[in-house]
Amino acid sequence: MILEIDNLVKHYGQVRAVDGLSLSIGQGEVLGLVGESGSGKSTVGKCVLRLTEPTSGGIRLDGRDITHLSRRAMRPLRRDVHMVFQDPYSSLNPRFTIEQIVGEPLLHHGIASRREAGGRVAAMLEQVGLRPEMRSRFPHELSGGQRQRVGLARALILEPKLVVADEPVSALDVSVQASVLNLITDLQREMGFSCLFITHDLSVVEFLADRIAVMYLGRIVESGPTAQIFAEPRHPYTQALLSAAPVADPVRQRERRRIVLGGDVPSPVDPPSGCRFHTRCPLAYDACRTSEPALTDPRTSGHPVACHLVTADHVPDAAQNR
Amino acid sequence: MSLLEITDLTVDFDTEDGLVQAVRGISLELGEGEILALCGESGCGKSVTAMSVPRLLPPDTTRLSGSIKLDGRELTTLPESRMRQIRGKDVSVVFQEPMTSLNPSFTVGYQITEVLRRHEGLSRRAARDRAVELLELVGIPLPARRIKEYPHQLSGGMRQRVMIAIAVACSPRVLIADEPTTALDVTIQAGVLDVFRDLRDRLGTAVILITHDLGVVADIADRAVVMYAGRAVEQAPVTELFARPRHPYTLGLMNALPSAAVNGRLAEIPGMVPSPLTDPDECAFQARCTRAQDDCRSKRPQLEPQLPDDHLAACFHPGGRS
Repeated sequence: MILEIDNLVKHYGQVRAVDGLSLSIGQGEVLGLVGESGSGKSTVGKCVLRLTEPTSGGIRLDGRDITHLSRRAMRPLRRDVHMVFQDPYSSLNPRFTIEQIVGEPLLHHGIASRREAGGRVAAMLEQVGLRPEMRSRFPHELSGGQRQRVGLARALILEPKLVVADEPVSALDVSVQASVLNLITDLQREMGFSCLFITHDLSVVEFLADRIAVMYLGRIVESGPTAQIFAEPRHPYTQALLSAAPVADPVRQRERRRIVLGGDVPSPVDPPSGCRFHTRCPLAYDACRTSEPALTDPRTSGHPVACHLVTADHVPDAAQNR
Repeated sequence: MSLLEITDLTVDFDTEDGLVQAVRGISLELGEGEILALCGESGCGKSVTAMSVPRLLPPDTTRLSGSIKLDGRELTTLPESRMRQIRGKDVSVVFQEPMTSLNPSFTVGYQITEVLRRHEGLSRRAARDRAVELLELVGIPLPARRIKEYPHQLSGGMRQRVMIAIAVACSPRVLIADEPTTALDVTIQAGVLDVFRDLRDRLGTAVILITHDLGVVADIADRAVVMYAGRAVEQAPVTELFARPRHPYTLGLMNALPSAAVNGRLAEIPGMVPSPLTDPDECAFQARCTRAQDDCRSKRPQLEPQLPDDHLAACFHPGGRS
């Protein structure tokens, strides 16, 4: 396993952003971490990169425990894990040229001299589909899609084992998004890195991810192979999420059964008792309000769900019981 | 006669770089109780077109020509004092970001009653009662309590509902909604779209919905206009548009969606949008178009009826899905 997260907890003061989350990513695997705002998905990414210190739990990167490593001890490991951010406008230093931005990690880790770095940067830019003359440009001279290619080039130049991508295509227009998604797919196949792909957009992970984990209020409610999650979502929240995302086909869209959830996402300061989803779940019964369901796998292996209603011979249907 | 008629509208902005031609001659009609989607990618002119109606563009730098008629009355030449009576009463707007468009230092109730007292001359008490009704109409639970709260006490979805309540307070003929669900989670988005549908059904409000999301268009719009580089390139009833897109740009947008992937690849639209500063006599899409021929480079195609004749496209080589 490249990444193993065990019972991760991250509280910001009273806010229980991540509250007991376990997941793992294998070699060359793309895991889509899906959730709505406030679910804690970005916090997971920040903990993996140690941009923030976990409150408790364990994070192992390529077998090594990095949960509480000091900044200094963490530094050499930063070669192995890199991040791609959502906003290509604010995540690139506006005073650096593209060559400096992409080459900086090489110099930083003492991997290449300034002269050697030039050649590697040129090769990397070509790999992400940017013309050589882009090297001397500044970020403000580039379009959003080009900037995101620069972000990818910078993240990948050290050939990391793991890439954490937090909504990397959400700020892009559809046509640009398509080319960046194709690029990520190509690079992942060529370079073989593992990827934690954090997004709210289900169609993007359906396209890209091998496996999906769905988060709600700091916990994973369901995870499994992408095709299985889409074909047979088991948790009522996953079912609602899938049914709420409109499809770009008016005939199909208008015939779909939608599960409209009542209320709002509760505050992560004071998450509901029992199952955290019970306040919005159309199927909730007494046990859901008092006892918290564990993430278990009563049916097939590799598709665990945290719901009292999922048993070896029953899968709830949130659309039916309304 | 249509409720709203826009004829040959052009909008230019004075900028440091020169005259930006945001809208380059668009004509469209909006019927009573119709939901019309204006769609396209960033910079296509969809927001500028819609914001020309309530004249919410910066007066110092905007040069506008063409005609905008509401109920047969020309709006572009009305004095500002008359326009102020129309804004918020006959035409109102819901913006994308509900947090920045509500005033943080006034209660929700105050912000709704303000419009009612100004435009309808209601007493304090009558306005308060009406505000509670409006919050109920847009699906806010416990409205009598909510009107005493401040925007920061509400969730994003609830704030957007408050914005809609303010916008429909005076039963406008036309509601302009600029990416109203883009900042919201999908499970919340579905509920907000239901509010628009409901307003149309119950009050007969006509809606101009500005969106980049084809899923939202498919879900709620009656008719859609696809814009590119300041012009309408295609216009049709929604089911017809999705069943038989004629313009290669529309088709490109549909094929670029992650859900339209073929064999693990997305169809990209190569190239970039043309400069907004120049307007050569050619099809603005020709440089990116696979169907482009000599005629596309020597003159500009006009929006013309296809079969059926309520389907318009501006293309010399219109086609079906390929």
